[in-house]
Amino acid sequence: MSSTAQAMLALARRDLKAALRRWGELGLPLMFFVIVVTLFPLGLAPERDLLGSIGPGVLWVAALLASLLALEGLFRSDMEDGSMEQLILSPQPLVLLALVKALTHWVLTGLPLVVLTPLVAQAFYLPANATWILMLALLLATPTLSLIGALAAALTASLRRGAGILGILVLPLALPLLVFGARATDLAVQGQSAAGPLYLLAALLALAMTLAPLAIAAALRISVD
Amino acid sequence: MREFLLMDGYWAYVWSAWGLTLAVFVGLVFSARRHHRQAFRQAVAEEQAPRPLRAAVKELS
Amino acid sequence: MWIWFHKLGSPPHFYRTAGRLVPWFGIPALLLLIAGAVGGLAIAPPDYQQGDGFRIIYVHVPSAYIAMFGYVAMAVAAAVGLIWRMKLAFAFAAACAPVGAAFTFLALATGSIWGKPMWGVWWDWDGRMTSVLVLFFLYVGVMALRSAFDDASKGDRAAALLAIVGVVNIPIIKFSVDWWNTLHQPATIAKFSTPSITMDMLVWLLAMVVGYTLFFAAVVTMRLRGEVLLRERGARWIRELAAHA
Repeated sequence: MSSTAQAMLALARRDLKAALRRWGELGLPLMFFVIVVTLFPLGLAPERDLLGSIGPGVLWVAALLASLLALEGLFRSDMEDGSMEQLILSPQPLVLLALVKALTHWVLTGLPLVVLTPLVAQAFYLPANATWILMLALLLATPTLSLIGALAAALTASLRRGAGILGILVLPLALPLLVFGARATDLAVQGQSAAGPLYLLAALLALAMTLAPLAIAAALRISVD
Repeated sequence: MREFLLMDGYWAYVWSAWGLTLAVFVGLVFSARRHHRQAFRQAVAEEQAPRPLRAAVKELS
Repeated sequence: MWIWFHKLGSPPHFYRTAGRLVPWFGIPALLLLIAGAVGGLAIAPPDYQQGDGFRIIYVHVPSAYIAMFGYVAMAVAAAVGLIWRMKLAFAFAAACAPVGAAFTFLALATGSIWGKPMWGVWWDWDGRMTSVLVLFFLYVGVMALRSAFDDASKGDRAAALLAIVGVVNIPIIKFSVDWWNTLHQPATIAKFSTPSITMDMLVWLLAMVVGYTLFFAAVVTMRLRGEVLLRERGARWIRELAAHA
């Protein structure tokens, strides 16, 4: 195994371990997701038709907002204990390490969200096949969201009050994910093929995987120096 | 003249759009001037403040 | 050539040159805007469908154009600043942002005012208007990020990176919004089709577009001088400037 791959694995393992030690914090975005989704039927009316038609949109907006919650801490502890400088100075390419950081973040926040979705989707009476499509769409969209989020977190990593600004940075950039994701879910609810928007989500993921790590690495260099 | 001001009955829309545009243009000019003035004041103030201290150090040495 | 370039790159020289440039942009801008206003409001013939209501086009279309143009100008300057570590490019990007945001707001506001008589609603989730709204959010993000930093040079670089990311994303956002728009056919049907522009209407629109561009250049240059001063705080030439003033 090359030393770069070893470094990437070690970084992922370290981040996962550190996160699991504070696993109460890990559950917060998920709880937030569930609570936001619960608010909508209570704020409207528990009518099947109404909830069925707004469901896909609500689930996607809630997922987007929930993903913001865990972002602030993404680079914070690394910045504070000086390990970010170590990462930047290390001979390994920072671009790949940035990719690892973003994907670890996805494993910790995006993936649980995908797993939780079938339960939450019941609140909106989503049919079974639409639930599968929703999960698939979230599986494609949440890594992109983690990459965009990691970029915003990297840009604000040296700020004391970075949390307020994160939403303003992330949400406009995440808008295409919302459009395609909600559309895929909507199509599935209507019993039509959701292939089109799913392909678009996959294309966005490929694009984000290639370009976002470059931007994250550049942003980290700015934040540290 | 009256006909011109009435704008085919669209006067409220046409004049409010043009009026708003005029207001933003004037606002941009004034805010740019204020921005420059404030920057100037700040740039000068930052320079003048430490001077007495530096002069004092020079006198001591 | 290189000497000239270096001279321009030196802040005091640039500051002076920029000061001299402002009227060269500003006066033609004023003349063109007055000509465009007189032509657009009084001389151009009314549209055969919208009557005089179409005269909002003369303030709406140039605003929308400057909103886009300003963002691209800002992102190009941001890239130049990051690649060649040019303070001046960052100052230019910082000067562009609020002006571009103001024009984006203006494009939204005049579009909304135009929408009321033409579509019957103040806001229509039309593809173009929605992407201009997102453009406004992007401007706000860049400005908010820059001002969040105490360290101006860090703020400059972070905002520059965000501006570049934004410009890469604009086509994707535009595509997604258009795609979304074609699927959800708007409930309100436009009362009129898009006006077909004739030559005697277009001339004044062109005057306005050029006038807007020059006005943008004039205001950005004015702000740019302020940004240069802020980045050169404590330099000797500023003290000398203040002594002479």
